[in-house]
Amino acid sequence: MARIVAGVGCSHVPAVGVAIDKDRHDDPYWAPYFAKIAPAREWMRDIAPDVCIVVYNDHASAFSLEVIPTFALGLAAGFPVADEGYGPRPVPPVVGHPELAWHLAESLILDEFDLTLVNEMAVDHGLTVPLSVLFGRPSAWPCKVIPLCVNVIQYPPPTGRRCHRLGRALRRAVDAWPGDERVAVLGTGGMSHQLHGQRAGLINTDFDDAFLDGLVADPGKVAEIGHTEYLREAGAEGIELVMWLVMRGALDPEVNEVYRATHVPTSNTHNGLLLLENAAP
Amino acid sequence: MSERELRDYDDIPGTYVFDGRRSRRGYPLNAFLMSLNDAANRDAFRAGEEAYLDRFALDVEQRRAVRERDWIGLLEVGGNLYYTYKLAACDGLSFQDLAGAQTGMTADEYAAMMQAGGRPIAGNRSRAEWTEGAEPAARAGRAARGER
Repeated sequence: MARIVAGVGCSHVPAVGVAIDKDRHDDPYWAPYFAKIAPAREWMRDIAPDVCIVVYNDHASAFSLEVIPTFALGLAAGFPVADEGYGPRPVPPVVGHPELAWHLAESLILDEFDLTLVNEMAVDHGLTVPLSVLFGRPSAWPCKVIPLCVNVIQYPPPTGRRCHRLGRALRRAVDAWPGDERVAVLGTGGMSHQLHGQRAGLINTDFDDAFLDGLVADPGKVAEIGHTEYLREAGAEGIELVMWLVMRGALDPEVNEVYRATHVPTSNTHNGLLLLENAAP
Repeated sequence: MSERELRDYDDIPGTYVFDGRRSRRGYPLNAFLMSLNDAANRDAFRAGEEAYLDRFALDVEQRRAVRERDWIGLLEVGGNLYYTYKLAACDGLSFQDLAGAQTGMTADEYAAMMQAGGRPIAGNRSRAEWTEGAEPAARAGRAARGER
């Protein structure tokens, strides 16, 4: 059966994508951040997942207010890189895994998660920046990608508890797949940041550190954090952290924390990178 | 949801949660902003903003906020921040430029605040903490410069 070999939490800051695309690794602003993510890249090279299920949010790229699905799963053979208003990022095409994606769709819907199923969807920085963080600038991404898009930009997003349960259902679905793929699940976005209003620039490292500790050791408790607490404590855009709970739900209750890096600032954001693996081999 | 009903998150200062109240008001505005994902539309908008805006059913206040690049005003009339960013990007602004412009700080002050660890959560949880004469932007700006 397919196996989940890694759970990754990763912020998806657009400016990080630009820094990678423009090779600003030695820039004094960026050098400390890139030094921190280097061990993660090394570990991902060793883990070598065949498929990444990327839990991310669209930022007015694929979905307009005409239709905002709460959870949308990408079934296509490929996903174009979106023009978000300033031209598409110069990154490789994102190759899907339609067979596994359809299996996940069927399994999750029969498991009572009523997903929106998407055959045509451009993917934006929410999905591509974590790939760049983990894999650098290859000529082709080293894995297939199944996008799992979560609405977090029109209130209300799904609750943390719902996201955690979706992750557990995702685990059951992966376990039931007869292929031998090595699967990584990426929860993206966050950590604390606020990009709008007079309170823009908010950073709350205490909240973020406690969130990470709890996510590793006691995810059921972290899943109970309510929306207003995220909005207030992590900044309005920090509510993206609910997507990390999907990733955590897909892992065993007991996990090893392989690596953690946090960095402030990356543009407006307290950046987080967390690598987990199941404790039992 | 009632237009007038207050939500607990309305107490968070300097924050415009994009909920049903704002989404309903902002629907045509966000449709315009979303259209700027298309390079041909960006060219058409730059070539003649007013004529381009005629394609969308913006109200008077929304048109004014677009014309004046009133970034806070755009949020007040229903703009979603990720949609408003498309207008800012069309003008060549970065996300940090857009965020900073909404705080009343200069770009340098805002960048310095972020370098110093960002806006602290203490004093920024509730509207009650933002009393007149102690504007958070000013406080954060002083903090970024190492003043009290």
